Amino acid sequence: MTTETHPLILVVDDYQDAREMYAEYLQYSGFRVAEARNGNEAVSQARSLKPDLILMDLSLPGMDGWEATRVLKADEETRHIPIVALTGHALAGASEGARKAGCDSFVTKPCLPDDLVVEVKRMLNTVKQG
Amino acid sequence: MLVGVAGVGVSHDDVEGYAAVLTHLQDPLVRALTAPAPMTLRGNRDNGHGRHPGFGASPVLAVPLRGDRQEDAEGVGLLLLKTGTSVTGDVNWLVTVLGQKLDQIRGRGSLTEELRKLRRERALFFTIINSVTDPIMLTDTEGRLIVANSRAEKLFAATEEESEGRRRAVELNNMLFSAALSRTVVEAPSEARELLLVDPSDGSDLLFEVLSTTVEDPREGTGIVSVLRNITDLRRATEQIEENYQKVRVAEAAVRAERDRLNLIIDSVADPIIVTDQSGATVLMNAPSEELFTVGPDAPSTAQRTVQSNDAHFSSFISGLLLGESGPGEIRRGEIGLMNPLSGETIPVEAIAGKVLTETGELTAVVTILHDRREALERTRLYEQLRSASDELQMRVQSATAELATQNELLRRQAIELEQASRLKSQFLANMSHEFRTPLNAILGYTHMLLQGVAGDLPGNIRRQLTRIDSNGRHLLTIINEILDITRIEAGKMPMQISEFSLNELVPEVMTELDPVISRSKLLVTSRLASESPLMVSDRQKVKQVLVNLLSNALKFTHQGRIEIGVDFDPSTRMASIIVKDTGIGIAPEHHDKIFEDFRQVDDSPSRQYGGTGLGLAICRRLASALGGRITLHSTLGEGSLFTLTIPSEAPQ
Repeated sequence: MTTETHPLILVVDDYQDAREMYAEYLQYSGFRVAEARNGNEAVSQARSLKPDLILMDLSLPGMDGWEATRVLKADEETRHIPIVALTGHALAGASEGARKAGCDSFVTKPCLPDDLVVEVKRMLNTVKQG
Repeated sequence: MLVGVAGVGVSHDDVEGYAAVLTHLQDPLVRALTAPAPMTLRGNRDNGHGRHPGFGASPVLAVPLRGDRQEDAEGVGLLLLKTGTSVTGDVNWLVTVLGQKLDQIRGRGSLTEELRKLRRERALFFTIINSVTDPIMLTDTEGRLIVANSRAEKLFAATEEESEGRRRAVELNNMLFSAALSRTVVEAPSEARELLLVDPSDGSDLLFEVLSTTVEDPREGTGIVSVLRNITDLRRATEQIEENYQKVRVAEAAVRAERDRLNLIIDSVADPIIVTDQSGATVLMNAPSEELFTVGPDAPSTAQRTVQSNDAHFSSFISGLLLGESGPGEIRRGEIGLMNPLSGETIPVEAIAGKVLTETGELTAVVTILHDRREALERTRLYEQLRSASDELQMRVQSATAELATQNELLRRQAIELEQASRLKSQFLANMSHEFRTPLNAILGYTHMLLQGVAGDLPGNIRRQLTRIDSNGRHLLTIINEILDITRIEAGKMPMQISEFSLNELVPEVMTELDPVISRSKLLVTSRLASESPLMVSDRQKVKQVLVNLLSNALKFTHQGRIEIGVDFDPSTRMASIIVKDTGIGIAPEHHDKIFEDFRQVDDSPSRQYGGTGLGLAICRRLASALGGRITLHSTLGEGSLFTLTIPSEAPQ
C-alpha cells in the first residue's frame, strides 16, 4: 500500500468506542488511520504526521475540537488539511460554529461508519480536484 | 260837536267853518253856548283846529238855543246874528222854536219815555249779545245776516275798507255757513252740527259747533238764530286727551305686563323672596315665602306660633337694615333660624337683603332673599364624605399599587427563574441528546459494521437479530431527534430563517429527495403546481420539513392508488397552500384531532401495524403555527386523506 492509494486519516474523539469503531472501519475500507483523544494530541499528531484528512469530534476535554481546528487552520503547515467535524450536538448553529472555526465539512452523530467513509472519500476527491 | 247847520246870506263853506268842538273851552262859540245871555263876539276866533274864519269887522250876536229848558242849562245850539246887538221879540221866538226843534231832533224833551226805554233795552240787548264770547246771529233762511253780535260780525261781515284777504275769508265763511244752515234746516233742525270756518284775521282754521233754531215772526217772516260755539280748542284738547289716554293705556299695559313678569319671576324663584316697605311692612312675597310666613286660619296653633316666630326673626333681621344709616347698594347678610310651619322642620336660611332707593336716595323698599342653607350644608357634608371616601380610595389604590409592584417584582423574578429554568431545560435536553447519541452512535455503528461483514460472513439467524438491533436503534434515534425538535421549537431555539423561495420549486425538490421511497412504494405520485408561482418570504427549511413529513406519512399509509401534491395561491388573501392527497387508509373523524397530539397515532396499541414516533404531525402543527399558518385535514376512513398546509406568503416576523 502506498501513501497515494492509502490516505492517512487522523481520527480525533475522546469516546474510545466511537474512535476505535471509525478507525477500524476506515482501515477496513483501505485507509491508514491515526488516533488522538483530545485537542492537544490532535494538533501535535497533525503537525507530525501531516494526515490527508482529519475527522474532528468537537466536544473534547481540554482543548476542544473548535479550538484545535482554529489552531490547525492558523498554521501554515497544517492549513491545507481538510477537517470534517463530527458532533452529537444537533442544535441549530452547531454546524455554523464549526464552519466558522475552519472546518471544511460537518457530519452529525450518530453517523454510520459507511456514511462517514462516503463523506471522507468525497472530501478527499474535492481536495484532489481543487 | 257844534256843527254849522244853515245860514242866511252866508256861503255853504262858511257855514261849515262855524263848527266847534265842545271840549275846546277857549273857543268863543263854546263859551257862548253855555253863557246865560246872548254874547257879542268879534274879531278872530280860536277854535282849537287852526282854522280862523273870524267874525268879520262887525260884531256877531251869539244867542244860545235852550228850547223849554232853564236859562242856566247848556244850549243845544247857537243862533249867530249879524244884525245889531239887541234881541227882539221875534228873535226870542225863533230861539225858542229852534231850541224846541233841536231838542226834538236830539230825542230829548218831547220824546216819550216808552221810546227811550225801548232804546235802552235795545242798547242793553246789544251789550248783552256782544258780551257773549260765542258768535250769535239772526239770519234769514238763506243765511243772510240780519242781526249779529260783534263776534259774529268778525267772522261774517266786512266793509269795503277791509283787506282783500279778510273779505275773501268772510265771503268763504258765509258760503260755508249757508251750506251748513241749509243742511241743518233740511236734515236735522235741532241738532248741533260742526262747522269749519276760517279766521279772517289770521287765516287759521276754526271749528264751531252750530246750534240753529228757526224763529217764526208774523211780521218779519221766518228767521234762523244760530249760536256758534268755538270748539277748536276743545277738539284739540279732546284729541290731546284721547292721545294721552292711549299713552296711559299703553303705559298701563306695559306696567301690568312688567308686573306680571316680575311676579312670575319672583314666584319661579325657589328661594323665598320678601319685599318690605320702609316701615317694615310686607309689600310682596312669593309662594315659597308664603309657606314660611303665612298660614291658614284653620291651621293648628303650633303652626300659628311658628309663623309668628318666623315673622319675629325676620323683623329683627330687617330692622337693622331699616334703622341703619347706609348708602345705596348696601347688602345685609345674616343667618336666620326659621321653621316650616306645617312640618315643624328647622330651616336654617341665609338672608340677603338689599335696599331699593329712589333717585333722591329715599328708602322705598327692602328686598330680602332667604336662601335655604340645608342644601349647602348637605352638600358640604356630602363633600366631606366624598373626600374621606376619596382619601380612603386613594390609600387603597396606593396600597394596591404597592402590592402590585411587589407582585410585579415577584413575577419578574419568577419570569427570570422560569427563563433560567427553560434555558436549563433546553441545555439539559441538548446535553441529554448528545449523551444519548454517543452510545447510540457506537451501537448503530458496530451493528452496521457487523452487517457490512467487517467480522466476516454471519449466520442467517445472527444477521436477522443484528437487523432487529439496527432497526430498533434507528427508531430510538428518530425518537430522540423528534423530541429534540419539539424542545427546540418550544424553547424558541428554532428561529425563523426568512428567505425568498418558490413553492413550485420546493415541491419537486422534496419529491426528488424522497424518490427512493416513492420508487419502492409503487404508487402514482403526481404534483400540480400553481399557475402563478407564489414567491414566498418565509422559512424554507420549515416549510420543507412539513412537506417531507406529510408526504412521508402519505407514502406510509397508502398501499395502492396514488398521491397528489398540489400548490395553490390566493392573491386576495396572499395565502399559499400545499395539499397532500392520498388514497390511503384514511382517518376516522373521531381521530382527526388526536393525530396532531404528541406521541399519538390512530393505533397506539403495542401491536400496531405502523411504525413511527407519533411526533411527526405534532411537529408539523407547531411548525405551521410558527410560520403563521395551520394544517387542516379532510379524510374518510378507507378512502384516503387530504392534508392542507396553509401559510401566508409573507411569514410573521
